[in-house]
Amino acid sequence: MPSVMTKPVARPRGPLDGRALPRGEDFRLAVSPAAGRILLRGDAAVAARASAAFGAPLPTRSGAVGARSDRAALWLGPDEWLLIAEGEAPAEIIAPLSAALADRAHSLVDVSQRQIGLDVVGPNAARALTAGCPLDLSLAAFPVGTATRTLLAKSEIVLWRRAPEHFRVEVWRSFADYVASYLSEAARRAPRAGGFA
Amino acid sequence: MLLIDCPYCGAARPEIEFRHGGEAHVARPRDPSALDDAAWAEFLYFRANPKGLAAERWRHVAGCGRFFNAIRDTVSDRFVCTYPAGEPRPDVESASVGASA
Amino acid sequence: MIASLRTVSGGRIDRNKPVRFTFDGRTYQGFAGDTLASALLANGVKLFGRSYKYHRPRGVISVGPEEPNALVGVSRGPGRFTPNLRATQVEIVDGLDAKSQNRWPSLDFDLGAVNSLFAPLFSAGFYYKTFMGPNLFGKNWAWTHLFEPVVRNAAGLGDAPSDPDPDAYAQFYEHCDVLVVGGGPAGVAAALAAGASGARVIFCDEQAEFGGTLLSETQATIDGASAPAWLARQFAALAAMPNVRLMPRTQAFGYYAQNFLGLCEVVSEAERLANPDAPRERQWQVRAKEVVLACGAIERPLVFPDNDRPGVMLAEAARVYLNRYGVKVGRRVVVATAHDSAYRAALDLEAAGVEIARIVDLRAAADGEWPRAARKLGIEVTTGARIAGVRGRLCVKAAAVASAQGVEWIGCDALLVSGGWTPSVHLYSQSRGKVVWDAEREIFVPGVSVQRERSAGACKGVFALDRVLRDGAVAGHEAAARAGFSAQGPVANFDVAGAPESSGGLLGDATPSRGAKGKAFVDFQNDVCASDIRLAVREGMRSIEHVKRYTTTGMATDQGKLSNMNALAIAANALNAPLPKVGLTTFRQPYTPVTFGAFAGASRGDLFDPVRRTPIHEWAEDQGAEFEDVGLWKRAWYFSREGENMHAAVARECRQVRESVGLFDASTLGKIEVVGPDAAAFMEKLYTNPWAKLEPGRCRYGLMLNEAGFIIDDGVIARMAPDRFHVTTTTGGAPRVLHHMEDYLQTEFPEMKVWLTSTTEQWAVIAVQGPRARDLIAPFVEGVDLSREALPHMSVREGRICDVETRLMRVSFTGELGFEINVPPDSARAVWETLWAEGRKYHVVAYGTEAMHVLRAEKGYIIVGQDTDGTMTPADAGLEWAVGKAKKDFVGKRSLSRPDIVAPNRKQLVGLLTDDPILMPLEGEQIVAVANPTKGSHAIGHVTSAYASPTLKRSIALAVVENGRARMGEKVFVAAEGRTMPVTICDTVFWDKKGARLDA
Repeated sequence: MPSVMTKPVARPRGPLDGRALPRGEDFRLAVSPAAGRILLRGDAAVAARASAAFGAPLPTRSGAVGARSDRAALWLGPDEWLLIAEGEAPAEIIAPLSAALADRAHSLVDVSQRQIGLDVVGPNAARALTAGCPLDLSLAAFPVGTATRTLLAKSEIVLWRRAPEHFRVEVWRSFADYVASYLSEAARRAPRAGGFA
Repeated sequence: MLLIDCPYCGAARPEIEFRHGGEAHVARPRDPSALDDAAWAEFLYFRANPKGLAAERWRHVAGCGRFFNAIRDTVSDRFVCTYPAGEPRPDVESASVGASA
Repeated sequence: MIASLRTVSGGRIDRNKPVRFTFDGRTYQGFAGDTLASALLANGVKLFGRSYKYHRPRGVISVGPEEPNALVGVSRGPGRFTPNLRATQVEIVDGLDAKSQNRWPSLDFDLGAVNSLFAPLFSAGFYYKTFMGPNLFGKNWAWTHLFEPVVRNAAGLGDAPSDPDPDAYAQFYEHCDVLVVGGGPAGVAAALAAGASGARVIFCDEQAEFGGTLLSETQATIDGASAPAWLARQFAALAAMPNVRLMPRTQAFGYYAQNFLGLCEVVSEAERLANPDAPRERQWQVRAKEVVLACGAIERPLVFPDNDRPGVMLAEAARVYLNRYGVKVGRRVVVATAHDSAYRAALDLEAAGVEIARIVDLRAAADGEWPRAARKLGIEVTTGARIAGVRGRLCVKAAAVASAQGVEWIGCDALLVSGGWTPSVHLYSQSRGKVVWDAEREIFVPGVSVQRERSAGACKGVFALDRVLRDGAVAGHEAAARAGFSAQGPVANFDVAGAPESSGGLLGDATPSRGAKGKAFVDFQNDVCASDIRLAVREGMRSIEHVKRYTTTGMATDQGKLSNMNALAIAANALNAPLPKVGLTTFRQPYTPVTFGAFAGASRGDLFDPVRRTPIHEWAEDQGAEFEDVGLWKRAWYFSREGENMHAAVARECRQVRESVGLFDASTLGKIEVVGPDAAAFMEKLYTNPWAKLEPGRCRYGLMLNEAGFIIDDGVIARMAPDRFHVTTTTGGAPRVLHHMEDYLQTEFPEMKVWLTSTTEQWAVIAVQGPRARDLIAPFVEGVDLSREALPHMSVREGRICDVETRLMRVSFTGELGFEINVPPDSARAVWETLWAEGRKYHVVAYGTEAMHVLRAEKGYIIVGQDTDGTMTPADAGLEWAVGKAKKDFVGKRSLSRPDIVAPNRKQLVGLLTDDPILMPLEGEQIVAVANPTKGSHAIGHVTSAYASPTLKRSIALAVVENGRARMGEKVFVAAEGRTMPVTICDTVFWDKKGARLDA
């Protein structure tokens, strides 16, 4: 074996690095902090057992999010959860889950870099999202702690409401530029007042 | 844009999140090699395409990702009901189809 | 110079805010609050445009969206030109530049008016009769050479703008509990009632100001207040409700399934001034739990000779111009009516100092409250009379009143008409509701609701103001309750005075039986006359749908808002059938034309589609790459050095890969992680190949068929662990393949314990290909033995490269020693640049998709979708080796023994070599058996891929040819326009047939 030169020549680069994002009073867009993201598939028993290993409850109700400090488990389908652990390496999440689920059929796949998070914040956040998302994003219909896969115009996204005026959009990295541009454009064109709480 | 009740999400969701999947209850034969050419062709290509109530496959592709079945009236474009894949076709022939959506 | 027709005071215009604008190059002044129509009328302008077919001079006839004549093109600067706007709906702003349409060279002198002389030619069915007629000089000659050029020149309304529109448009989805459409009295009452319940209410109106007919109401009082004072109070209340959103200038243009409505908001000039980012228009796609339609009614014109002359105007429109805009539409007017409401207009005009020369009532008697008031004031009323004609071409000068006493010409400068009121059932009809005929009042009214909506007020046939208000309140109350919001107190009652009910109405042709001469128009915009409709009936049209298409009545941009009922009555009369039997045409979206911008929204330019870029994209850009679109992806196509053309660049890239080493960005390849204890069993079902015995750490080419046995995708598949496969798909096929897999997994094999996850973007892929590939990557790889023995062709290892994790595959799509390095995309650029820097030692090249195509074609590797077309089986493509013969079942297997699949003479993939190595066939060109085939002879195949091969220094091609593999060495011909090219059928592998280079 030849000698190994393993030093990377540059820092890792995210798809929106170096891009100016809107930072207005009414509407702010920011790339979410790095996180480990795991897609877990399996039945209800898998979910139950994974909750302890992951450190946040895996919900069984459609659209629900089980969140605890910097960890969240998003229900995406009856056998599908997106696990997000802010600031952690995927291997650190996978190892305890693998161990806990060893004797039950399941699938754990690292999707940490498949997608990025965008935090959409401000009084106009919901309005900008409704430029491309056909769901009712009123607080009554889409309360805090709701998450779902849906569409933003021509991109698939996962939408998670973290606070009344704070949404997390999870989007595949090559769609991130489109989603960020679309939301920025929508926020510029939205009426300054109006809309329902 | 129609609203479609996803039986897995338990909610009416906008049509553009869904993808149509053709006629429902056309099960792939357990042993295709046991079918003669005519029977195989029947499975492959022949569909009912009814006027009125039709059982269809749909997938909530930009949602929970699940396939499910729906009874849709092909005349009024109204969804009469939806149900999980694998369940038998519900008996809705007699149900009032003209009811307000 | 015409003295101003503006009143001294009154109206809702702001006389302190003059606005200057131009019309056909002349500058005029109006006031804030004016529409283009009201401002021009105030300036004495009568002539607004020319008609579509006969180019007759036309004036404004109405005051709203129903206007058929006064269509204008409005320019707001370069690129900001909108044709076909109704002058009645265009708010004037400083600098607005409008022009009339359908005239050349000028509005006053229009050459197209010669069409009038040929009027007999343009009768009903003219187009059908002419263009479907005898074939002059052979089939279609007359159409192609004679009619089409002329028709194309003359046809169309307005001019299509030619510059890109610099304005922004936006779209939003919106949800509400109650949507109230229409801001007149019924709508106001409905919005108040629904708003008070706490429901989320959207209240929209097409006009700049809410209030509808109340805005021009001078006499009625509501709850003791004048209409304007009452309105102001209600809107103060509505504005204080946070759950109510008021949307003026917002047209509800379409009612779609499940209470989904399209609204188009024209953003006000005020908002655009305050916010430079505001768009021109916003389209709102609203899902409403409940809808209240309060769309009002439209006054009908009367059908009599020359009823289209400028100055002939709807009576209520004249009243609105006076009361709302402070404009007198004439100084001496004749009123012709079949409805009491025109008397109210006459009274208001009289009070403003307009001379009412005569009220001509078509009815035998008129003794309602309004007619009595008019008579009391001394206005002369002639009942049982009709209008026999109009004098004045560019403006009405006199009207001929035909009565039992004979014909009397009365001088006037405006002729106000009213045939009664037609409820606006457009949106109700769009909601798929069926209208019901009210025989007594001769109106269609909404029937049973099909969707969750209800009509209120005039659109439902309720006309008296007190009842309209009450009806609106009931509707708003009910809508909120049905949406789940309990009512606050009882439904409001309104105390209305000064608005007595009016009645009357007449449908059809009002031309007197004697003394009449001239065209009696029914559809002003499409120039359809009463006689055209009768002709259509004589020529056999029975249903109104046929009459409509034959005469084009109701088919203009106004969709017959003024004309449909009259046309229907004339047809019914000619058919001697009851009107409802003749049928009502369907109302379609949009209610009024909607701009393309509003439909496009943000989805244009860079946002038309997502543009997917790989992590290596910017590097490639810096290196001067040209890109090609593959699905939504941008892929580096070739890297052109200074002065190099594409051909030279591709040739260089290919040569360097074969001689040394190349880097290729393969990140766009679709990837699917198949995980679970049944992963191998599932793969056995979905791919033709056997998988059960594939060892972890090994790769295999996988071929995917649909159930019909045809190839739909392929790719290299790596087994990472007994229960984990790393599947790759074609770039464009990734979502389709995942969907196909999910389909089978969920619906045919739900018992299998296996799950699918897209990892396309979890891994960026750097292909390192060429004899020096191993040398290039070796210094950076950790934990993987790269030797030939330890990592043979088609194997995979997990390890690290440049200190990031990798799934390192030894695979090749070039025929050379090759690796595909899967790395996390955040680090891909760094890894790529490290390899690129190291590669200088080896004369490394970055190659694009074009070189990739050439290299793979030299090896005979197919590209699904290029060399296959959805009708090719594994055998057709020469891929039988990829089919597991021992497998009992896989998707598509049974179809491979269908009679037509095993029939002889199927098209098979072969190679082609041109006799002249310089010549190159084109992809898609047909292959024939003889050099000069006779016309219509059978093509035996076609070219699927063709390239100049730098390795072989000649052209190469892949093709499908009937029974091709049995025809090796046979000479056939590639045929194209004007030439045939002799070619020899050969094997698909042109280079390194033994594959020795792969195993290097």
